Amino acid sequence: MVFKRSERPRADKPVPIPVKIVVAGGYAVGKTTFVGSISEIEPLTTEAALTSHSDGVDIAGEAAKSSTTVAMDFGRITLGDDLILYLFGTPGQDRFHFMWDDLIRGAIGAVVLVDTSRLEDCFPAVDYFESAGIPFVVAVNAFFGKMHHSLEDIREALAVPESTPMVVTDARDRDATKGTLLELVQHALALVNAG
Amino acid sequence: MNEISGTDRLRIRPYALTGGRVRSTTELALETIVRVTGRCIIHAHELSSERREIAGLCDQPVSIVEISARLSLPLGVARVLVGDMVSEGHLNTHQATETEITPDGRPDQRLLERVLNGLQAL
Repeated sequence: MVFKRSERPRADKPVPIPVKIVVAGGYAVGKTTFVGSISEIEPLTTEAALTSHSDGVDIAGEAAKSSTTVAMDFGRITLGDDLILYLFGTPGQDRFHFMWDDLIRGAIGAVVLVDTSRLEDCFPAVDYFESAGIPFVVAVNAFFGKMHHSLEDIREALAVPESTPMVVTDARDRDATKGTLLELVQHALALVNAG
Repeated sequence: MNEISGTDRLRIRPYALTGGRVRSTTELALETIVRVTGRCIIHAHELSSERREIAGLCDQPVSIVEISARLSLPLGVARVLVGDMVSEGHLNTHQATETEITPDGRPDQRLLERVLNGLQAL
C-alpha cells in the first residue's frame, strides 16, 4: 500500500477511519441477528434518548425531557488496519426518525431488512431513505430460503424503482450478510460514480 | 459484561455528568474514533472519575458509541463528555478527511472502494 507522506503509518498503529452502514427494518425482523452474523464483537447496545434535541434552544429543559430511551444495537468489522466498518441496527418506526437523521449522516447507506410476512413494517424506512436520497438496498430476510412472496411482487408492493437493488438474504448467515453489505457498497459506489 | 468496571457504584442521573447539557462544544459523529493524548496521560489524575474511565478505554482507538455501550453511559452523555475531552486536548479524534468524503458528507469513491475491497477480503 502506498501512503502519502502525511498518511504514513507511525510506529504505533494508526487510528483507523470509521465508516458506517445503517440496518433498518421493522420490529424483530432480524436486525441484531444480521449485525451479529458478521460483527467481530458481540453486538453492543447503547441507549439513545427518545427526544429530539436538534433545536437545542432550551437545553436544560430538553435534557429533563429525555426520560424515554431507545436501545440501539451495533457491531464492528475491522477492514484492514486503517478502516473500521460500524453496523447500526435501528428501530424502524416513524417515531425514531430523529435517530436516523443522526445515524445516517456520513453513512455509506442503509440496508432495509424485510420480513415478507410483515411487509408493511419496512415502509417507514423505505420512505425515509428514499426521501433523504440515501443509497439503500432492500434485503428480504428469508429464513431457510422461505419467502411468502417473490422479489418482483415485493418490489411492486414497496414501489421501489428497478435502480434500487433488492436481494434475498439470511440474517443468520455470515456469507449472506456479507453479500448484502457488498450489494449496498457497490450500489453506493455506482451512485457516486454516476455523479 | 465483565469488562464494565464500577458496576457497584451508585447510578447517578446521567445528564448531571454533563451539567445538564445535551450538546458538546465539539459536535462529533457517534462513530468518531478517539484515542488518549500524551497530555491526557500526564494529567489523568486530575480528571473526574467518568473522564478517567473514558480515558482508560481510549488507550486503544475506540468509537464514541463503543464508549457509551461499554461504560453504560447514554449515547448523548458519552458524546458530550468525549467532545469536551477532545476540546480540552485529552483525546484525539480521527475521522475521514475532506478528501475522502463527497460534498454531502458521505464516503467518496476511493473510500468506498477501500470498503468494498475490505469486505470482499473477509
